[in-house]
Amino acid sequence: MAANTTAPTLSFQNISMQFPDGTQAIADVSFDVAKGEFVTVVGPSGCGKSTLLKIASGLLNQTSGQVEVDRSNIGYVFQDATLFPWRTVKRNVELLLELHNTPKADRGNMAQRAIDLVGLNGFENHYPKSLSGGMKMRASLARTLTLKPPLLLFDEPFGAVDEITREHLNEETLKLFQQERFAGLFITHSISEAVFLSTRVLVMSARPGRIVASFDVPFDYPRSPELRFDPAFAELAGHINQSLRGAHA
Amino acid sequence: MTTTLRADPVTAAEIAVLPDDAPPAQARKRDGLFAIVYPPVVLGLFTIGVWYFISYRVLDKKRRFLLEPPHLVWKRGFADREVLKEMSSGLLVTGKVALWGLGIAIVLGFTLAIIMSQSKLIERAVFPYQVMLQATPILAITPLIGFWFGYGLNSKIFIAALISLFPIVVNTLFGLTSAEQGMHDMLTLHNAGRITRLRKVMFPAALPAIFAGLRISAGLSVIGAIVGDFLFGQGDVGIGQLLKRYANLLQGEKLLAAVILSCLLGVFVFVSFGWLNNRVVGRWTTPSRGK
Repeated sequence: MAANTTAPTLSFQNISMQFPDGTQAIADVSFDVAKGEFVTVVGPSGCGKSTLLKIASGLLNQTSGQVEVDRSNIGYVFQDATLFPWRTVKRNVELLLELHNTPKADRGNMAQRAIDLVGLNGFENHYPKSLSGGMKMRASLARTLTLKPPLLLFDEPFGAVDEITREHLNEETLKLFQQERFAGLFITHSISEAVFLSTRVLVMSARPGRIVASFDVPFDYPRSPELRFDPAFAELAGHINQSLRGAHA
Repeated sequence: MTTTLRADPVTAAEIAVLPDDAPPAQARKRDGLFAIVYPPVVLGLFTIGVWYFISYRVLDKKRRFLLEPPHLVWKRGFADREVLKEMSSGLLVTGKVALWGLGIAIVLGFTLAIIMSQSKLIERAVFPYQVMLQATPILAITPLIGFWFGYGLNSKIFIAALISLFPIVVNTLFGLTSAEQGMHDMLTLHNAGRITRLRKVMFPAALPAIFAGLRISAGLSVIGAIVGDFLFGQGDVGIGQLLKRYANLLQGEKLLAAVILSCLLGVFVFVSFGWLNNRVVGRWTTPSRGK
């Protein structure tokens, strides 16, 4: 992905965040996410990674610094699937369309398209209680995709599923990234997930979180699952790991 | 190009490893009807046996009126047309009072809970008095209620409403505030207003708790209606007045029959709300024990 000359989709400029209780969560963070980019932030737990997404989306206000982003249509994939248990998969996926007053006639088709995209067709009328963890995350992804957001924020979405399901979901996420052409900002603990998905990996230090390193990921899309066993993949993951250890100390 | 990159359908592995936090309801092994029915039947028969034992072995003939044997309760209570008519009409009267009381408690309770859910300040202001009201023994304020509302229907309904209000408010409020933060965040991100939030998140999330409260309150409203009828002797004759009359006349069989009937009314109300609960939220909640 070559450098983008147009304005970035999301731009953090010297963002700092201090909570009312005095905790300094983020210190002077600056980076951009442009169209066609998939940026992942890795860092130790409690370093303020999620806070970054909350600031980007406007759920939290930063103490200082500037965010440039169009907040009219941001996709946000939460840590938990946050499906409404009283709605079927289909009705869950339609939720954001309802909130944006999409005409009822269009909702069905738009929701169905998103459900097909994440491979949940056949489960439209299931309630969340009868879905596995991975399927719930798929439904959650579908819900976010209905509005075709130009920017998608992922808050450790696959942290709660098992390893194999996580790898599956990573591959699906990449397909969606290529097809839907959103700019992605992804938060995770997992280095291999970060490298596999991203165009760029940022390493954040322990609290207060700062960006201590940035790694460009050179692999072309589409990426095959076997990329994970490529020596170059392992080498890059090793570098990031080293940098993360430094950040931990 | 647009459709070539579809995701794979959900893999078999994914379906196979349905997690333990979400077992599909149908898959759970169900016990046969016999296994469910016979333990309570055995216990019931045993109880009747003890009952006979006390009636005939513990009590002598002069004191048998204290606990008449089951078959006499049946014969002079349920099988006697006149008595049965008297009691079923009493049951109807009491049932109506209970329903009115419950209805008022529901309207008032929902309104209060919704208002309290919208403002922490109001919740903090109201709650202590709510608890005080609940802690007040009904008996202690009976004279006052009679003084204000008379000794007939109004006072009975008042007691039924008063006694069933608390669980509705507490459960509804708890339910309204039980939705996950993530759901609220999602609505915040998409600029949803108060009403939308209430309608799309808070109220549906509250339904299971609301039904739990309703079940408790429905039972309490029956108790309230009987107590009210017992304490305020005027107006249509309900089960409470009958209980008092039979007790005064030392008609043990009828008294027991009336007790059993009021018990059945309570059970009926409880089961009805359980059924309603399953109809409304059963499809999406994980079934709990003890239905």
